[in-house]
Amino acid sequence: MVKYAALSINSPFGDRMKLRDILEILSARVLVEHQGLDGEIPMAGAADLMSDVLAFGSEGMMLMTGLTNPQVVRTAEMAGINVVVFVRDKTPPPETVELAKDSGITILITRYTMYEACGRLYQAGLPGLGPVKIENDTW
Amino acid sequence: MTVIDITKVQELTYSTRVEAVMSSDVIVVSPNASLEEVKRLLLAKHISGVPVVDGELLVGMISMSDVMESMEKGKLNSLVRDMMTTEVKSVSKDSYLIEAVNYLGIKGFARIPVVDQEGKFLGIVTPGIVMGSLLHEMDVKYQQKEAEKLQTYRASHIFDDMTSDGTSLVLRFMVNDHDFSNAGKASSTIKKSLQRLGVAPGIVRRVCVAVYEAEMNLVIHTDVGGEIIVDVRRDRLKVSAVDHGPGIEDVERVLQPGYSTAPQWIRDMGFGAGMGLANIRRCSDVMTLMSEAGTGTRLETLFRFGEHALGSPAAPGKRS
Repeated sequence: MVKYAALSINSPFGDRMKLRDILEILSARVLVEHQGLDGEIPMAGAADLMSDVLAFGSEGMMLMTGLTNPQVVRTAEMAGINVVVFVRDKTPPPETVELAKDSGITILITRYTMYEACGRLYQAGLPGLGPVKIENDTW
Repeated sequence: MTVIDITKVQELTYSTRVEAVMSSDVIVVSPNASLEEVKRLLLAKHISGVPVVDGELLVGMISMSDVMESMEKGKLNSLVRDMMTTEVKSVSKDSYLIEAVNYLGIKGFARIPVVDQEGKFLGIVTPGIVMGSLLHEMDVKYQQKEAEKLQTYRASHIFDDMTSDGTSLVLRFMVNDHDFSNAGKASSTIKKSLQRLGVAPGIVRRVCVAVYEAEMNLVIHTDVGGEIIVDVRRDRLKVSAVDHGPGIEDVERVLQPGYSTAPQWIRDMGFGAGMGLANIRRCSDVMTLMSEAGTGTRLETLFRFGEHALGSPAAPGKRS
């Protein structure tokens, strides 16, 4: 299995994980492809709550989710997320696939559960956002 | 030449096929020609060598140095077939330019013949041809880039081209209630328009998240749909989401994070967690929510461009 030693989000030196590595780590398949498999993935996040994605999503991060409705793709587009992974081998409805094709979002499907998909990637060195800053004590 | 230029050239040599650039209008000689004939041909055409072609097949190469060698030996009347180089390096028409470049550049060949699978002679590639094709390709790519730039230029220069005391560009979008499959379409279109106008990427992202939340609110909570109005000025952008729906009973309360009136089916879709307005407030510089039960709701958000003002950097209202 591919191993990446202690990656830092902003480190220009560390080996960035590539989409092709993600496919291997998650035994995933590509459903909609836009960028090549050599595209770099700087970090990842997981959520089933789209409001959380909009609140904490970060430009360039990869999203793992168990939701497959078209709004997941819209949310990704708005949050600057280019790659979405559907966990638990969920096949999305055709509307979702069509929207992903139109809006430049790459979609992967893995048979691992959310917990295990995240665990495998994190263990391989793909970082998350780190502690999230809550602004103004509002939430 | 910068590093980027080198990469671009390399990229082109790896992506361009020999067939696309080779010269097929080539002078060739028959193996039965005499060296005397070859000498006259090379001198007349100012070239240093020619492919030897028998029928359609490439059988060798003969060059000025072969001619000189035979002159020294006093054998100018001998035939090409006896003096030519028969072990000729050639490239297939389907190979990439990089293969020809290796022979020409690294091995120092002056020309490399191109053949098909059966060894049929098709043309030649010379350093000049490689240079010319690369320059042409780069020029085409450059012009495409310039054309893209021009598009952005035109869009943002509406603020320079129109003279007024304050120019606005207003984009309006109608949002249907409960139309989940089209929800987000307005936001997506707004994102593209703002990119086209040259709004700074960080600001585009904040606007998009806010507009998308507002659009979802119109879809989820109104029964008549609503309108999203984006008002772009040189130095700031205002987004209003207006509806004549049911209105909000307790405005203070809906602003509390986590408070939600969304039905279960909306929550099942990953929305309605009561974070929307908090998120909009976080993304925007100023947010105002006005509502009256039974009348409707107006949400206004402001985004300042700061140092990323649109149009030319000249003072607002003045044309440079």
